[in-house]
Amino acid sequence: MTETVIEIENLSKAYRLGELRFGTLREAMSRWRTRSRREARPSPAIAPEQVGPAPNTFWALRDVTFSVGRGEVVGVIGRNGAGKSTLLKILSRITEPTSGRGLITGRVGSLLEVGAGFHPELSGRDNIFLNGAILGMRKADIRRQLDEIIEFSDVGAFIDTPVKRYSSGMYVRLAFAVAAHLEPEILIVDEVLAVGDASFQRKCLGRMRDMSRTHARTVLFASHNLEAVQRLCGRSVLLDRGRLRACGDTATVVAQYLGAETPFAAAGTWIDVAGAAREGTGEVRVVEVRFTSGNARAAGQLYADGPAEFELAIEAVGARRVQSIALGIRDPAGQKLVNVDLAALGETFALPEGRSVVRVRIEELHLKPGTYTVALWIARYAGEGLGPGDVLDFVERAMELEVVDLAAPGFRTWLGGGAGVVTCDFELIEISHPGALPDRLRSPR
Amino acid sequence: MSATSRTAAPVTHAIAPNRSWLRFDVGELWDRRDLLFLLFRRDFVSRYRQTLLGPAWHVLQPLALALVFTLVFGRVAAIPTEGAPRVLFYLAGLLGWNACSHSLQATSATFGSNADLFGKVYFPRLIVPLAAVLTSLVALGLQLGVFLVVLAGYRLVTPSSGVGMHWSALWLPLLAVEAAALGLGVGLWISSVTARYRDLKHAMPFLLLLWMFLTPVIYPLSRVPPEYRALALANPVAPVVEAFRHALLGTGTVVPSALVGSLASTLLILVSGVLIFQRTERTVVDTL
Repeated sequence: MTETVIEIENLSKAYRLGELRFGTLREAMSRWRTRSRREARPSPAIAPEQVGPAPNTFWALRDVTFSVGRGEVVGVIGRNGAGKSTLLKILSRITEPTSGRGLITGRVGSLLEVGAGFHPELSGRDNIFLNGAILGMRKADIRRQLDEIIEFSDVGAFIDTPVKRYSSGMYVRLAFAVAAHLEPEILIVDEVLAVGDASFQRKCLGRMRDMSRTHARTVLFASHNLEAVQRLCGRSVLLDRGRLRACGDTATVVAQYLGAETPFAAAGTWIDVAGAAREGTGEVRVVEVRFTSGNARAAGQLYADGPAEFELAIEAVGARRVQSIALGIRDPAGQKLVNVDLAALGETFALPEGRSVVRVRIEELHLKPGTYTVALWIARYAGEGLGPGDVLDFVERAMELEVVDLAAPGFRTWLGGGAGVVTCDFELIEISHPGALPDRLRSPR
Repeated sequence: MSATSRTAAPVTHAIAPNRSWLRFDVGELWDRRDLLFLLFRRDFVSRYRQTLLGPAWHVLQPLALALVFTLVFGRVAAIPTEGAPRVLFYLAGLLGWNACSHSLQATSATFGSNADLFGKVYFPRLIVPLAAVLTSLVALGLQLGVFLVVLAGYRLVTPSSGVGMHWSALWLPLLAVEAAALGLGVGLWISSVTARYRDLKHAMPFLLLLWMFLTPVIYPLSRVPPEYRALALANPVAPVVEAFRHALLGTGTVVPSALVGSLASTLLILVSGVLIFQRTERTVVDTL
């Protein structure tokens, strides 16, 4: 085992509620006056176990213990609000823990945001120096790497233009270029890769991998991009509502994260929808639903380009003949994105009394990662249009399901910020420059 | 890579709740001196981008203020100036006052206006107010230049006036540093308190104006009734402003004991300001 460079023990952080944004003297005084009355009423969004040591506080991080060895790349995963950012902020010394302790050996560089301290009025070159110095580089280090940084950023001739004139892409590239040339012994990175285009992201991920492989630098990488975490990190920690839920081999931890008991339906198990609010005659009803992507790497959860299989368990009060059995997938705004309707087959299905199971398969889902609701429908078609007794069962919100952020290898689609509603694979045919001059006519840079 | 050359001795730092009031890492501050100068440069360069007059603003502001003072307090209110030409009297007084007040204004919003940055990157926070003080000292140098030009012009027009600098002008840099340190100390206090309680931010402009009126800027100390003289000198800026005027114009009352007292209270305010600032900086991002 290599030398341990990050060691944390029972790290906890409590935040005060009501006081996070504003604090005025008057509030402080009234708080002081009412302290004896103790009106502890934490907001309902916060789980009971997260209620902190005093009224109106909650634990953003609770008793987290783990260690990281030199040269390791460790992923930090968890849902929003799981405590990832809090953990990274404490390790970067931006804030202090409420209790617990940690020991870090080596210079820490943290990248919780790209372009921290960029000044819009200053030129790209000036901002490289300023941002570099803010991130902990010395002037001499920056000067030594200046050409490389400018090259990496690809802003070329605009390097002496104030950055307020930059396009957002150039701005981000310049900021990344500085960050990519940080040479700390321990690099702490938060979700920053969510910006920037895909090829640039790859360039940065590659650079991070190099840092750990060839320079034995340690990286702590928090991200929602499970694919990047799986590619980059040998080991991962899983945070859930402030607590450390798992720590170990990335594949295992990711599977545990995806399969974790969540407000969302878990793959592979029958989900009881018998009690859901519904319309229709009720002669035939969907009572249970099961789905899976059949992919163990995703713990069976659905993912953007993956297949999806649904099974609907139906109960009929007597033998019935129906033409339409459908499963719809809606986005949170209620827009129907997918409608798998057996009516498309133009057949009539005879359902005997008792239980039937309908299995359908979608070859490629093409939905971007996110939360969707599932609607269920069973109806008879009596010629044109539906009569009042024709809808046997309609459950508008049977369950919620999550399409997870995990693309199959080789699937070229952009799932980060700005992703479209629908995903699709594509192929780059070529990039041509019909108006460009031949190389020898171009002025040297 | 050459970065390894300075990693021979591993840097270790502990992460733990630290409620101590006495923790001040000078070494770390020195280690990040490059940042200090880059921030200073940013402050100076960026402030006057896209302005017509650029750094001339540093000069125009006090000049215009001195002219207004001459008109209002000199001509209308007829407050005597110990025989010194009015414009020069106010300019000299403003120099002393600005040495303190500009550094105060530049540092008093440190946490408020850097909340975003402080929430994303760690570096010794004290570097930001230190860079701001450097900027205000350079601005002070420019203002001193203006004063000297006006003084030279005055002597050219009235060669027999006898108005001129005193040998004690050699103390000016020290006086300026003391005044800036005082402003920094108060600024650090204000920024620490306003990080939690915003009230003070709104009271600031008013309190600063009040403080200026309590300081012999628009009137000489000699006009303060003797029974209030000691009280007036308890204001740590008062002896500095008088000393500025003495150095620059040869007028004014220099009370050595008051200067020593001013120095002592400056040290007290600065040290306590640094301590409360470093105590605040460690968890301030939670409340910003």
